[in-house]
Amino acid sequence: MDELYEEYEEKLPLSIIEEVKKYTEGLGKMKLKKVLEEVYKEYRSSLAEPGESVGIVSAESIGEPGTQMTLNTFHFAGVSEMNVTTGLPRLIEILDGRKEISTKMMEIRLKSPHNKGKDIKELAKQIKETTFKEFIKSIDIDMVELTMTITLNDDKRESAARIAKDLDKAVKGFSFRFDKEERIIVKGSSKEESLGSLYRLKEKIKGIYISGIKGITQVLPVKRDEEFIIMTAGTNIKDIARLDFVDLEKTMTNDIFEIEKNFGIEAARQAIINEILKVTRTQGIEIDVRHIMLVADTMCMSGHVLGINRYGIVKEKPSVLARASFETPIKNIMDASMTGEADFLNSIIENVMINQPIPTGTGLPVLIMKGK
Amino acid sequence: MTEVYLDSQFVGSVKNGRDFADALIGARRMNKLPSALNVMFDEETDKVFVEICRGRCIRPLIVVKEGKPLLTEKHIEQLQKNELAWSDLLKQGVIEYLDPAEEENAFIAFFEEELTPEHTHLEVMPLAIVGITTSLVPFGNYDHQVRLTQGSKNQKQAIGFYAANYFNRMDMDVNVLHYPQVPVVGTLMDQVLEYHKHPSGMNVTLAIMSYQGYNMEDAIIVNKGSIDRGLARSSYYRPIISEELRYSGGLIDEVCIPDKDVKGFRSEHDYRFLEQDGIIYPEAVVGESDVIIGKTSPPRFLSSLDEYNLATSSRRESSMSLKHGEKGVVDFVLITENEEGNKLIQVRLRDLRIPEIGDKFTSRHGQKGVISLIVPEEDMPISASGMKPDIMFGPHGIPSRMTVAHLLEILAGKTGALAGRYINGTIYESESEEDIRKELSSLGFRENGTELMYNGTTGEVYPARIYIGNIYYLKLKHMVANKVHSRARGPIQLLTRQPTEGRAKEGGLRLGEMEKDTFVAHGASLLLKERFDSDKVIIPISEEYGLMGYHDSRKNKSVGPITFENDEVSNVEMSYAFKLLLDELMSLTVYPKIRLERKF
Repeated sequence: MDELYEEYEEKLPLSIIEEVKKYTEGLGKMKLKKVLEEVYKEYRSSLAEPGESVGIVSAESIGEPGTQMTLNTFHFAGVSEMNVTTGLPRLIEILDGRKEISTKMMEIRLKSPHNKGKDIKELAKQIKETTFKEFIKSIDIDMVELTMTITLNDDKRESAARIAKDLDKAVKGFSFRFDKEERIIVKGSSKEESLGSLYRLKEKIKGIYISGIKGITQVLPVKRDEEFIIMTAGTNIKDIARLDFVDLEKTMTNDIFEIEKNFGIEAARQAIINEILKVTRTQGIEIDVRHIMLVADTMCMSGHVLGINRYGIVKEKPSVLARASFETPIKNIMDASMTGEADFLNSIIENVMINQPIPTGTGLPVLIMKGK
Repeated sequence: MTEVYLDSQFVGSVKNGRDFADALIGARRMNKLPSALNVMFDEETDKVFVEICRGRCIRPLIVVKEGKPLLTEKHIEQLQKNELAWSDLLKQGVIEYLDPAEEENAFIAFFEEELTPEHTHLEVMPLAIVGITTSLVPFGNYDHQVRLTQGSKNQKQAIGFYAANYFNRMDMDVNVLHYPQVPVVGTLMDQVLEYHKHPSGMNVTLAIMSYQGYNMEDAIIVNKGSIDRGLARSSYYRPIISEELRYSGGLIDEVCIPDKDVKGFRSEHDYRFLEQDGIIYPEAVVGESDVIIGKTSPPRFLSSLDEYNLATSSRRESSMSLKHGEKGVVDFVLITENEEGNKLIQVRLRDLRIPEIGDKFTSRHGQKGVISLIVPEEDMPISASGMKPDIMFGPHGIPSRMTVAHLLEILAGKTGALAGRYINGTIYESESEEDIRKELSSLGFRENGTELMYNGTTGEVYPARIYIGNIYYLKLKHMVANKVHSRARGPIQLLTRQPTEGRAKEGGLRLGEMEKDTFVAHGASLLLKERFDSDKVIIPISEEYGLMGYHDSRKNKSVGPITFENDEVSNVEMSYAFKLLLDELMSLTVYPKIRLERKF
């Protein structure tokens, strides 16, 4: 039995053999051989032929359904600030390889028992980035004394003493004192402090980080298939990973560049595939994964995530004419002429330009005959 | 205190805004203030806006007091006797114009029966809520809104009797319907607009049925017999204008039959229709490239002296002729002068347009379609009473578009045609469907408008009862004769040597970027190359320098670009556009060196 599998290991990918094993348990040798033979035939027939233009087929297979996409934002029930870019704008964003995406999001999975809902609200609160702004009830400025009195929200008073310390650390040139009436008194440490700088300080301290994880601007605990998870707006996978209640293996972010930075290019490739699939699924559009995989492969080929545009993968093309045919022709030609670049006319677009048969499909094979 | 704004500018304040607004409106109704003045009291912000500026949309309404309209039977009597005019009603304050702002404070009843003491105004008539073309759609209130607007838009493109003096006019690109008819199912607006004086359609017999699958996708099938009897026949008129322009140096264009030694002389054959004065005669049947007005112009640049001496020989040919695919009959020739006193010749061309496959038709309900088949009369379905439809219309266009009025018009048209009377289909005030059905039944037809019909080819009875009746159909100005275009070989552009673009220039149909991609995706490499061979050239390339040379036909050999002598030169096939790119690169001081090597 095993030798039979061994024989086919060279012909078929491992994953297919594993699958065959799963379904053919207890089958006789002859029958198994027949099955494997059929599987092999099917596998061969579904491979791309040599000279098949897979790239353009992928482009057309993604581009055509793309024209049918509608509805580009998606709103979260209950949280009015959280609306997610989906549809065509999101697809463009992914394929362009943008560094700054319009809605960064995370899906944080939790370890037991929190995934059953234990303390989930507290955990969510803990993750959320809080700035000093959320503690302030009012700010009064004494223009004569040049002091600022900050009254804190009633429910946040317990931690006020610690906050005053945090502020003291974060801001230089001013002293923060916590008084008996549970207010924070701000005073310039040197006498030269003007009223203007006090006003500037007033705006500045509003943005000072107090607790939580930087970058996480919104949190929303939700129940998804019997499991409680935390959805966030904004991502910071590095700091989230440090939390002991987080199940990192299942936690997701939609920021492809963050994934690339923290987990490497293979993870980024998978993230691109997942993100494109997420868009197409919400739109009810079926695109074969292999087209998307090809796109993701192309984007990650260089070792970094590159967009499908003139700054990304087009820049990597070896042919001058191919680059020039896609946006900024003058720049490409001038640069090429300065370095004396040669174009070997190996690819499609160059040969279309000079009206020669393109080296794919029927243009690939040639017949050479010896003359008499 | 209430703030008062005049044309959105603050002018002062009053104690009570409502009283102030009411006083202004009262004064307007007493004819003490202009009728175009409108007042809006906004209770929420406690402001009064008085508007008198131009550009507001205002509409007339009947004023209502205590649930009674001020317009009485007496007024109507006087109006009918012509003792009163509209302006008198305005002066009396019976009718007033409201703008959108003042309308906010008004409570308007649609019909008189709906009036309550709270109402402030009454609609003059419900018809007023739609525009002119929309009001021409019969039973408009039974149509889906989208179809109603589309139907009214289509009417603007209909061919009709656009002006009674069309034969004295020189309009550009107009059509005249030969046998226009007054619609059997009309609206009140027809009388207001005097639609009977310039109708733009025909009453046709329409059957809602399929015929050999030819009415897919809104296509319509037309009876050949109806076309032979003149259905939807029209003429297309187009003027050809030429002018004797004056140039500096006392030179002038001359309308004449051009001399043989004129630059750009066409051929004797092209000038055959011209009379002595160089202008074509009326009723000449002309076609492609025939000259309509012969004309010569002075030479473009007066550089050397001998051009003065040989005045005639250096003149240019500048006749007006028919372009590719154009034909017609000369209808009218006009010789006159323009404002500058130059001789001006206008020749009107006429072309008969008999409906053909591809011509566009529509009912008044946005149900447009093109002719897909013209059926010989003997093959048309026939009803028990011997009626054959003029047009067969596919049933699939009805459910999704919800044009109920289209169906109602067929029923009403049938009743009207049989009873010999016009049917009132005014929006909201039309004759009731029930009455029409009853009348049709009394005329001896099935009240639902269906009839038993026989297959014209086989004589078999159709198992279904066919809905058949009369409806007003419009021929739209989009006719295939103006649009057909094909090309196998033809003119090319000078710069790129690629085929020209567009029907007027007998151009090719571009195989664009995306179409190219489909060839690549199929791997049809050699077919793609052949498609793009329209500008292929063979260029001798110097093997040493990699630059383009040329073929010296005197020595019958190709020479290189540097020495013009014994270079090693190879012929290379490429697209002319690429050759042009190489030239342009050289003009940018980029040296595009072509390295040649054996392919195999």
